[in-house]
Amino acid sequence: MLKKSYAGTLESGDILIQLSPSEKPGLSVNLDSTVGARFGKQITSVIEETLRSLGVEDAIVDATDKGALDCTIRARTTAAAVRATGKDVWQ
Amino acid sequence: MQRLRRTMMFVPGNNPAMMQDAYIYGPDSIMLDLEDSVSMAEKDTARLLVYNALKTIDYGDTEMVVRINPLNTPYSKKDIEAVVKAGVHVIRMPKTETAEEVVEVEREIERVEKELGCVGRTQIMAAIESALGVVNAYAIATASKRMMGIALGAEDYCANLKTQRSKDGAELALARETIVVAARAAGIDALDTVYSNLNDMETFRREVEFIKTLGFDGKSIINPRQIEVVNEVFTPKQKDIDKALAIIAAIKEAEKKGSGVIALNGKMIDKPVVTRAQRTVELAIASGVLKEEDVK
Repeated sequence: MLKKSYAGTLESGDILIQLSPSEKPGLSVNLDSTVGARFGKQITSVIEETLRSLGVEDAIVDATDKGALDCTIRARTTAAAVRATGKDVWQ
Repeated sequence: MQRLRRTMMFVPGNNPAMMQDAYIYGPDSIMLDLEDSVSMAEKDTARLLVYNALKTIDYGDTEMVVRINPLNTPYSKKDIEAVVKAGVHVIRMPKTETAEEVVEVEREIERVEKELGCVGRTQIMAAIESALGVVNAYAIATASKRMMGIALGAEDYCANLKTQRSKDGAELALARETIVVAARAAGIDALDTVYSNLNDMETFRREVEFIKTLGFDGKSIINPRQIEVVNEVFTPKQKDIDKALAIIAAIKEAEKKGSGVIALNGKMIDKPVVTRAQRTVELAIASGVLKEEDVK
C-alpha cells in the first residue's frame, strides 16, 4: 500500500513528482511540463517504466517538469516511490 | 601520461541543473557532493540523483568524484553502494582522521565491487579536516592501494583548531605542508582547500600561486569562474618549458656519448634538476601547451 509522497523541486532542470494511492488499477500520470508539447510522451513513459520496475502498478502521479533530463526524471520518480513504499533500492 | 588534477569542482548532489552542466566548464575533476551541501531530509534523493547522473551523463574525460557522508552517519554505506554501482572513479571521504576509516571504506567498496565483478575499480581520496587528521596524514595516505590523493578541508580544520581563516592563510601552514609531504611520501596527489570569496579573485590567485609553490597538484574549487585562474597558474610558462626541453635534450646527448656528467650552458645538471624538467614537460603535455612529438 502506498502512502502519499513527493520528491524533486520546481527549479529549472528538475521535476517534482507527487505519488498518491489510487483506487483504480493502473498508473495515471498527470504531467505539467515546460516542454510537454515535444517531450510529454517520453517523460510519461520514463515515469511509468521507473514505477513498474519498482513494483508500483497502481498510483496517481502528478508531475511538474521544468526541463529535467531522463536521468533526473528516473531519480525523482524512484525517490518518490521509495518514500511511498518504504522499500529502499539500496541494501 | 599523468592525470591532471588542477581543479576539482564541487557540485551539490541535489542540483540536477548544475550536475548536468558542470563538465562544460572543463574542470579536471568534478566532485558531486552528498555531504555538506545536502540537507538530512534530502540525502535519499540526492543519492539517487547522483547515481542516475553518473550512469547516464557523458562527462567525457573528466574525472568523476563523489563526496560521501561520514562513516558515523546512517548514509555512508548506501552512498558507497550507489556510487560504486554507478561506476564512479573516486570516492572522497570527508573528515578523515585515521587510517582505519580508510580501511573501512575500502572494505565496503570491495563488497560492492565483488558483487559487480570489478574489484579494484574505485579509487579513494581522503579529505583531512581536523588536527587529528593532520597528525595522521601519512598513515591515511598509505592506508590503501586505492588512495589517489589527500586534500585539506580548511573550514572544519580551522574550527577544530579554534581559529578562523585569514587572507594570508597562516593558520593553515602546518596542515598544508604536512599534507603535501605526506602525499609525496606516499606517491599520491595533494589537493588544497576551497577559497569561497568569489568577489576577491586577486586573493584567490595569490593563494593558488602559493599552494603551487608548496607543491600541491591542484585546488578544490566551488565555481567555474575559478577554473581559468587555477589553470593559468598551473600551466608551465614557455620559458620554463624551453629550459626543461633543453635539459632533456642535454641528457639524451650525454647518454649517446656515454658521458656521466651532464652540463648545460656551463652548469652541471644533477638529478633533482632532471626530475623537475621531466615534471614540467609532463605537465605541459597534459595541459595541452606542448605536444608529445615535440619532446621526441
